[in-house]
Amino acid sequence: MNNEHLIEKIRSFDSTINITQGPQYLTLDVAPESLSKTAFMLKNNPDLSFDYLFCLTGNDLPDAYSVVYHLESIKHRHCIVLTAKAASRENPVLDTVSNIWLTADFHEREVYDLIGITFANHPDMRRIFLDEEDWVGYPLRKDYTDNNIVSR
Amino acid sequence: MEDLILDNNTIQEEEYIINMGPQHPSTHGVLRFKVSLQGETVLNVQPHCGYIHRGIEKMCEKLTYQQIIHLTDRMDYLSAHINNEAVCLLVENALQIEVPERVKYIRTILSELTRLASHQLWWCAFGMDLGALTTYFYGLRDREPILDIFEETTGARLLQSFNTPGGLMNDIHPNFIKRVKDYIVYFRKKLPEYDELLTGNVILQERTNDVGFLTLEDAISYGVTGPSGRASGFACDIRKHHPYSAYDKVDFKEILYTKGDTFHRYKARVEEMWESLKIIEQLIDNIPDGDYTAKMKPIIKLPEGEYYQRVEAARGEFGVYILSKGEKYPYRAKFRSPNFSNLSAINKMAAGYKIADLVAISGSLDLVIPDIDR
Amino acid sequence: MKFNIYDLTSFNQWIDKLLYDNLPAFWAMIIEMTLIGVAFLLFYAVIGLFLVYAERKVCAFIQNRVGPNRVGPYGIFQTIADFIKLLMKELIPINKADKFLFNLAPFIVIIASFMAIAAIPFGLGLHAIDFNIGVFYVMAVSSLGVIGILLAGWSSNNKYSLIGAMRSGAQIVSYELSVGMSLVTIVILAGSMQLSTIVEAQRNGWFIFTGHVPAFIAFLVFIIAGTAETNRGPFDLAEAESELTAGFHTEYSGIKFAFFFLAEYMNMFIVASIAATIFWGGWMPFHLGPIFGEWTLGFNNVMDYIPPFFWYIGKTMVVIFIMMWFKWTFPRLRIDQLLKLEWKYLLPINLFNIILMALIVLMGWHF
Repeated sequence: MNNEHLIEKIRSFDSTINITQGPQYLTLDVAPESLSKTAFMLKNNPDLSFDYLFCLTGNDLPDAYSVVYHLESIKHRHCIVLTAKAASRENPVLDTVSNIWLTADFHEREVYDLIGITFANHPDMRRIFLDEEDWVGYPLRKDYTDNNIVSR
Repeated sequence: MEDLILDNNTIQEEEYIINMGPQHPSTHGVLRFKVSLQGETVLNVQPHCGYIHRGIEKMCEKLTYQQIIHLTDRMDYLSAHINNEAVCLLVENALQIEVPERVKYIRTILSELTRLASHQLWWCAFGMDLGALTTYFYGLRDREPILDIFEETTGARLLQSFNTPGGLMNDIHPNFIKRVKDYIVYFRKKLPEYDELLTGNVILQERTNDVGFLTLEDAISYGVTGPSGRASGFACDIRKHHPYSAYDKVDFKEILYTKGDTFHRYKARVEEMWESLKIIEQLIDNIPDGDYTAKMKPIIKLPEGEYYQRVEAARGEFGVYILSKGEKYPYRAKFRSPNFSNLSAINKMAAGYKIADLVAISGSLDLVIPDIDR
Repeated sequence: MKFNIYDLTSFNQWIDKLLYDNLPAFWAMIIEMTLIGVAFLLFYAVIGLFLVYAERKVCAFIQNRVGPNRVGPYGIFQTIADFIKLLMKELIPINKADKFLFNLAPFIVIIASFMAIAAIPFGLGLHAIDFNIGVFYVMAVSSLGVIGILLAGWSSNNKYSLIGAMRSGAQIVSYELSVGMSLVTIVILAGSMQLSTIVEAQRNGWFIFTGHVPAFIAFLVFIIAGTAETNRGPFDLAEAESELTAGFHTEYSGIKFAFFFLAEYMNMFIVASIAATIFWGGWMPFHLGPIFGEWTLGFNNVMDYIPPFFWYIGKTMVVIFIMMWFKWTFPRLRIDQLLKLEWKYLLPINLFNIILMALIVLMGWHF
């Protein structure tokens, strides 16, 4: 499906989603409350069927923490990008999508470990790379400091 | 067997928990598996990674785009050239620079040689995990000429960093074409030996047939790409579906099987070695003349926005995501590592089988641990 | 002194006479037994050293490399250097291990293999113990080694060692059956269990040729089961490094580990010796039977020029080479596949083979 059809289809489900065209892919920006619903729709709608989540990235933007999902449909061979910003900066929480795309299990643990966004209803929300008991802080945040960082 | 597969955290009373790793001859790097057993049967496998987490993504936020290339080598070090290519392609596509044809051909040839060397190393380690200790030497013997070719042209055997945004660091050595052609002839004779030694062996087939199934839906959902995913029927070859460099000019097959067991993951890689030879053969005689690099400014700044580049590394889809705010350093660099997604499926594949099968399954997934931890 | 290299019985009798004539009977017996014991120990040690070196060289040859070639000409002193290193290693004591059993286990394995080697005929006149139930004795005594392995695994107080020892124990006990029954097949052909009789009966041709089909099948089964008995080759799951560290001997270091290591090679030597003795004629040179014609007498005379001891060593070395070839070529079998091979394949084949051999002997259809 090309981009116009995609935009049409998505707007027909939920017209409040903000759709923009990035340099490469169509980008959807959803509110955190409708993340789960939108993700479910993107996967299960037979015309969209975005069943392959190929990248899940956590971002520390100046105004909020956000997560970017890159999706592809194996059947129709179209790609799309879904982003969601967490509502609060002190306690960022987003819904998990690991019940929709199983790969998100590990990827969301990585985002929690390095950026600090908690995912509600995740089956195993704990750190994956850093030490679970001892490590304090989230290294990929822009305001992270540590005694061991060497500045150039 | 369904009732034996537990989800991630449930531990029952009579289980016997065994640690495999982080120092273990079969995990190919520092990876720890916490395996809970009932007798010989595996109930649950939990991988613990992070032993070689070096904070590459954080480092990239303070490095220029040319410097990031040197870090991408160190992730999946067996597909070093392909990883380098990913960052270069991202920058070139973002700035909309057209690289000379010569560069595309050479990049593709080097990528396929890298893929071949990586699969050879996988083959020798896989045999060794299962006990056929001789395969290690045969695989390495055939890999040495490739590394010598790399050394002559790029200056390094394993971590080349030969790519740079805009093209290559230098032109290829005059001997390059002849040596690659001689190597293809040599390896074509040696590759059937691999089939005789391992593929046709009854013991190997008994160990790997019907072990570690991964269905197509699971492969897509877990994001298992590369030969491991293609053995389950997941048509994910980036070279075919989203071609880059000179891949649209060559004719090769995408190796797909449907069974999804360890033996077919093994076969998919061996067949890919044949396909790589075919690709190199089609390109090596036709390298166009021209410049080895396009003109680039010394300081590269990407326009604001998010960019993503996908390439087919030896183990699966490698992706680079860059969020740029218009400066010379990226605001956020994320690397989508194929091994991380492949590893996430291991509980699904190994639960219910014996512990000796766990070694075979993780060997067939071809994990490179620095890529998981980044 | 009559030192006839082809028949050392006269030499033995000369020594015997010398001792009994000059010393009281009791002391003569003690000294004789000591001499034999020392001769065996030396033989054991030399063969052990040689086998370790041979394995490394054969392995290197198969793997397209050179093997040890620095210590001594062609690296022949490599094993001695390794042993000196092992002697100097620290014996790491285990806290909660049962110390007595922990120390006893390697000795049991060595003693079992030592007792088995004593009964094998190395040449005419070089036969230390010649029971009339020779085959039965060798089988029985070499099975005692499994006690050592189980003790080693249990007394190490280590999960991995225990699993490795249990697997090893199950494997050895299962394959005992196949080994025993393939030997029984040849006992049917030879008509006696006494090892010297079995060798003598091959004067007109080795059993593997005269017993044609069933003897050949028995030989194949024996080689497979013998390799599995010694935890070698494609059946070495119990001590595979890439599975569960080193299995039952994980906790042993230094000289105790050297004992296990040595015992494994000696077991391989024993299996190869038995195969060579029972199927390939032991020290009997390669003779052709008179049914092929008059010229065979001349042929047999030519074959007899090589002393029996060298025939025996040559045959054993060929069988050992085959066993080493297996190890470095094939991947490993999983424990359940290993046991399946024994109980579902080798055992029925063996039983069928015994019946076939009995039929052939009754009907006189052998050579």
